[in-house]
Amino acid sequence: MAAVTVTNLVKTYPSGNRRATDDISLDVADGEFVVLVGPSGCGKTTLLRMVAGLETPDSGTVSIGGRDVTRLPARERGLSMVFQSYAIFPHLKVRQNIGFGLTMQKVGKAEWNTRVERAAELLDLTDYLDRHPAQLSGGQRQRVAVARAIAVDADVLLMDEPLSNLDALLRLQFRAELKKIVARLGTTTLYVTHDQAEAMSLGDRVAVMRDGRIAQIGAPMDVYDHPGERFVGGFLGAPPMNFFTATVHHGNLVVDDQSVPAPASLAAWNDKKVLAGIRAENITITPITQDRAQEGVEAEVEVAEPTGSAILLTVRWAGGELKVQTGPGVRVAPGDRLRLDLPAAALRFYDPETGLALA
Amino acid sequence: MKLKVQLACVAITLFMGAPLYLITLAALSSRRSLNEFPLSLLPTSLSGETMSTFLQSTGILGGLLNSLTIGLSTVALSLLIGLPAGYAMARYAFRGRDPYQLALLLTRALPIVVLSVPLARIFLDTGLYDTTYGVTLLHTALALPTTILITSAIFLGVSREQEEAAMIFGASPLAAFVRVVVPQALPGIAASAMFTFVLSWNEVLGASILTLNRRTLPAQVLATLADSPLAFRFAGGLALVVPALIFIAVARRYLLNMWGTTLR
Repeated sequence: MAAVTVTNLVKTYPSGNRRATDDISLDVADGEFVVLVGPSGCGKTTLLRMVAGLETPDSGTVSIGGRDVTRLPARERGLSMVFQSYAIFPHLKVRQNIGFGLTMQKVGKAEWNTRVERAAELLDLTDYLDRHPAQLSGGQRQRVAVARAIAVDADVLLMDEPLSNLDALLRLQFRAELKKIVARLGTTTLYVTHDQAEAMSLGDRVAVMRDGRIAQIGAPMDVYDHPGERFVGGFLGAPPMNFFTATVHHGNLVVDDQSVPAPASLAAWNDKKVLAGIRAENITITPITQDRAQEGVEAEVEVAEPTGSAILLTVRWAGGELKVQTGPGVRVAPGDRLRLDLPAAALRFYDPETGLALA
Repeated sequence: MKLKVQLACVAITLFMGAPLYLITLAALSSRRSLNEFPLSLLPTSLSGETMSTFLQSTGILGGLLNSLTIGLSTVALSLLIGLPAGYAMARYAFRGRDPYQLALLLTRALPIVVLSVPLARIFLDTGLYDTTYGVTLLHTALALPTTILITSAIFLGVSREQEEAAMIFGASPLAAFVRVVVPQALPGIAASAMFTFVLSWNEVLGASILTLNRRTLPAQVLATLADSPLAFRFAGGLALVVPALIFIAVARRYLLNMWGTTLR
């Protein structure tokens, strides 16, 4: 077990004209599961590969368990890794694949067997030990790759999009299983994915990356509920967070002729434009009634998509388009006019210029 | 459709097999039966007489030995030099990679005679003339382009991630190459070894120019058998074909993928 510390890591690829990782610092505590998530080209894989020792940083340091390993080759860093393409060895049987790391460490025969069998058992591979990888399904090959990674009992486990080659159903199953296995081993884990749902469900902490930097890092629900910048809110969650521009005016957010109460914290932004964000599931809808003054803003339904457990509405109002998630029992049709309640507690505010959260 | 494919297979097999059969038959028949008319297509009068006389004639056994030595050394030397070069071409984008590739093929653009005459002069000066080493060097130079091109194509087929995985799990770059890349490249290595051996075995022009007494078998056959009786020429043909066939049969085992799948 060991903590991983990355300090001011900079890497520019010879072919690229900008930094793949731009001065990244990251602390992964001993036994922690941190997920690096972001769109392709954000530098998450580069960061992982520099921790692994497969890429050399231009500047900055990587240390594992307090030991500076920046200049050490991969094999001397005491880590193991699961690759996106599995990268298991087709010419070796499953048993030799799982035991590859142990073979390289020259582990004794008896111990070699116990550890290979333990890893195989953990991943339900006991019946396949004497097969070649070509005789396995994609899911089983990925299991071999994970078994090989855990058999060595490394201090740090790195995973590079390990689930992305599996089909949707298998991915969901294996995700839960992976979480269980890693929790049981308690290994420090750094996990790269472009799938926000995977990031949310697996990590103790999630680091959302963009353009070679970590935009925000924190517990999944914190990051989900309080995106530090517009990009994060728009990246995490399905559907992503809704955004609209509004003017703060005497304690209200005004969009055209519509207004909703604004929290007191926005007092400093009186008569200025802010970017407001709200999650689809935090908006409640009510039918429009004529006689009473109602809370909320008026909107018209454009699309209603039942997803089974909920209905996803696309509505249009003065502030543009919003995604609204309602219970499965609600009856709405395109063209219906509704009132939307945008609770002040669920609204998040961003600087319209920089996209950063307002304090 | 299937029938046509099968017919084509039979036709090609006959095309390759019939001459082999005829030459074997002729070499193993008694000398008298070769002059009979009509010629029997079945092994009716088998005799080892022609073969044994051929093998006992001067220079033949020595030539066979020289050819084998040169063929196997050429395979070894061209793999020793060609594998790393093929690997570099497959894995690294280095300056001058394309010119290098072109220069490789240029060796083959020159006729062997043009190469051999200046080589003979250099070998005379350095004492390599009329040695198996000298011919091995020439054949290696001829075989290297194909060895490098074939093996680099094979190395491209082994993903970089597999090597990286090996290094993560404790292998040095060399160990990763030996344990992970080479086993998977074996079919391609076997193919290029076959090609090299046959090339060296059949090459007669350069070998004739670069040697006097240490002739390779084809050079020896070419030099002496032109004036020999017909039966000896058949025997010479068989002696030329069989070792190459044996080598191909051995190397062929590695052409088949051995890890639970069928032919690639």
